[in-house]
Amino acid sequence: MFTVIGERINTTLKKVQAAVIARDADYIREDVRKQQAGGATYIDVNAGARIGHEEEDMRWLLEVVQEGTDLPLCLDSPDPAILEMAYPMVNKIPMVNSISLEKDRFDAMMPFLDGKECKIIALCMDDSGMPKSVADIVDRAARLVGELEKIGMKRDDIFIDPLIQPMSVDANNGNVAMEAVQTIMTDLAGVHTTGGLSNISYGLPQRKIINRNFLALMMAHGFDSAIMDPLDSEIMAVLNTCEMLKGNDSFCMNYLKGVRAGNIKA
Amino acid sequence: MSDYKELLEILLTGDGEKLETLVKAALDNGAPANEILNQGLIASMDVVGARMESGEMFIPEVLMSAQAMGGAVEILKPLLSEEDSAVAGKVVLGTVKGDLHDIGKNLVSMMLESAGFDVIEMGVDVAPEKFVEAIKENDADIVALSALLTTTMPMMAQTVKTIEASGIRDKVKILVGGAPVNQTFADEIGADGYAPDAGSASKLAKTLLKKSA
Repeated sequence: MFTVIGERINTTLKKVQAAVIARDADYIREDVRKQQAGGATYIDVNAGARIGHEEEDMRWLLEVVQEGTDLPLCLDSPDPAILEMAYPMVNKIPMVNSISLEKDRFDAMMPFLDGKECKIIALCMDDSGMPKSVADIVDRAARLVGELEKIGMKRDDIFIDPLIQPMSVDANNGNVAMEAVQTIMTDLAGVHTTGGLSNISYGLPQRKIINRNFLALMMAHGFDSAIMDPLDSEIMAVLNTCEMLKGNDSFCMNYLKGVRAGNIKA
Repeated sequence: MSDYKELLEILLTGDGEKLETLVKAALDNGAPANEILNQGLIASMDVVGARMESGEMFIPEVLMSAQAMGGAVEILKPLLSEEDSAVAGKVVLGTVKGDLHDIGKNLVSMMLESAGFDVIEMGVDVAPEKFVEAIKENDADIVALSALLTTTMPMMAQTVKTIEASGIRDKVKILVGGAPVNQTFADEIGADGYAPDAGSASKLAKTLLKKSA
């Protein structure tokens, strides 16, 4: 099953930040309710934008978000202290966003993850910067999986983010992402791949059409999760149709359900 | 002075070969190399920057124009004297410590160079002290800081503080940019300017230096 990590509860978004400052619980609850209805499987919660307020904002958001949805959460913070505070507050086994091979981040995150039950997003980033090639991405993915397995994490709990980079700066960036995903899903069988899909269209017009088509291409290469907006009904329609085409929808039931609900239209 | 209208049109299409032919023809007609550079190429790239800022041109088109310009500049280089290539100003540019993102910074670097700036490229994950060193060493007019992460925005503030503490704050203009950065934040940390995209960054850099001149 495709894992949709709903990206909308993030204090870098103006409306969310305003709601957090005003402690407008209705706005947040309504947003996450809509994300669940749209097809989210996790709700990402990021309270990092108001510097110095992350702890109180995260605490408030976790309470309010869980009043609006029974979905598991994706705890989005680079700060293990915030994650330690958040972990006991969640009702379902959470996902954590994220670890990478950057030394400071890695060293801070490993003790938090050790012994905890959770899913983890692992970024193919190290201290030398963004990956430059397919081989770079795959090598980093293998190192991350190796390290996470050492502390007892299962491959099924690991979501590798190959770091999708924009087409606008290099016409090969789409191919790099697709090949990397295919190789990771083959060589490291059992892990998942995820990422911020919309990075691909940065700097180009009509971004949504790029995002939708890219999702279909990525899914053909094994991509089985994305950090995305589940309220974008057109990309969700592409997702559900691709799941059906890949044989992940027996008797095309979800597809038909989507059509009858008016969510999938030709 | 020659008419550089055609050169502008070709630069906008990003056709490097045609641009080089045009530059060679201008030289054959006796146009001085520094005039072709300043009134032709740099002035045309200013138009590209403005169109990028207004959303008429997109990043790949801007990259093509810049690449075409790069080829044309190579033809002019041997014909330019030291003063001719004396530039719009010197900019020290980098992504702040703890942040490894470089796409935005690279675009800014390219636009600044195309606008005639001498860019001292520091790369990513640059410590505040490194910025200070580079400003001093190169006698830079501007330092441009990039950050993509909310978590590295405080490092921008710290870099500004380190520049202040080193006693060179009045000698250098500080420009900031990056996805989570905005004008309010730039004002808060005491930067001289904020640019939302690479096109406006080079324009702003010129404006800042004009003001201080």
